[in-house]
Amino acid sequence: MEQLFFILLALLTLSAALMVVTTRNLLHAAFWLILVFFGIAGFFILLHAEFLAVVQVLIYIGAISTLIIFAIMLTRRIMDPQQPRFNSQWGLVGGLAALLFVVLAAVTTRVAWPTTSATLPAEPIKQLGADFVGVYAVPFEVASVLLVVAMIGAIIIARERG
Amino acid sequence: MVPLTWYLVLAAALFAIGMFGVLARKNAVAVLMGVELMLNAVNINLLAFWRYTALGELVGHAFAVFVITVAAAEAAVGVALFIAVYRQRDTVNVEELDAMKG
Repeated sequence: MEQLFFILLALLTLSAALMVVTTRNLLHAAFWLILVFFGIAGFFILLHAEFLAVVQVLIYIGAISTLIIFAIMLTRRIMDPQQPRFNSQWGLVGGLAALLFVVLAAVTTRVAWPTTSATLPAEPIKQLGADFVGVYAVPFEVASVLLVVAMIGAIIIARERG
Repeated sequence: MVPLTWYLVLAAALFAIGMFGVLARKNAVAVLMGVELMLNAVNINLLAFWRYTALGELVGHAFAVFVITVAAAEAAVGVALFIAVYRQRDTVNVEELDAMKG
């Protein structure tokens, strides 16, 4: 049952991802991207990472997709459908990407990955919250500083100069 | 239960698709979408490895949260750059943005 769900979700996510990189209309590509994000949230639920699934929906679908759609609409004038989608090297790059996938798939299916016999933590969200103010306190603060810097930087870069 | 390698192969496919988008697309916003696909593929790998090999500690969760944070910062700065470039040059076609070409 879980396998069937995984395969269906993988087909949905991968075909949506293919549409993202091949659709001519960028706005449609952004909507396909939202579908990809939903599919990945589904995988997070399959992996018992419910908190990350919620974060995925909030941040990727709620914030990043909105930003991307804003960018598409603000730069819309040059986006006529007659423009070519790909640059001249797309054949070479497509071969390269296919090769990368084949190599990665061959390697990952051949390695005997160690598996754990531990059971799921009773309250993973509680433990994650404790870890973020305990073990990962410094990286957590650095991430906060990064977000502030990115926010100020984005405002300064996009500001209209008089 | 689904084997770990299924997740790894799925993430590899998603990463390859994202890389194709980054390297082959002409519009800078489409390139950004390719980067987001690649980052999501990494997140699937991190959480799959957490689920199958390190269930006791939440290292995979922590890393995935940091990847999402960096992705959000990167998207905000990227969009600001596109708007600034579009205002200056009237285009976000990456082939025409070659001012730093040697």
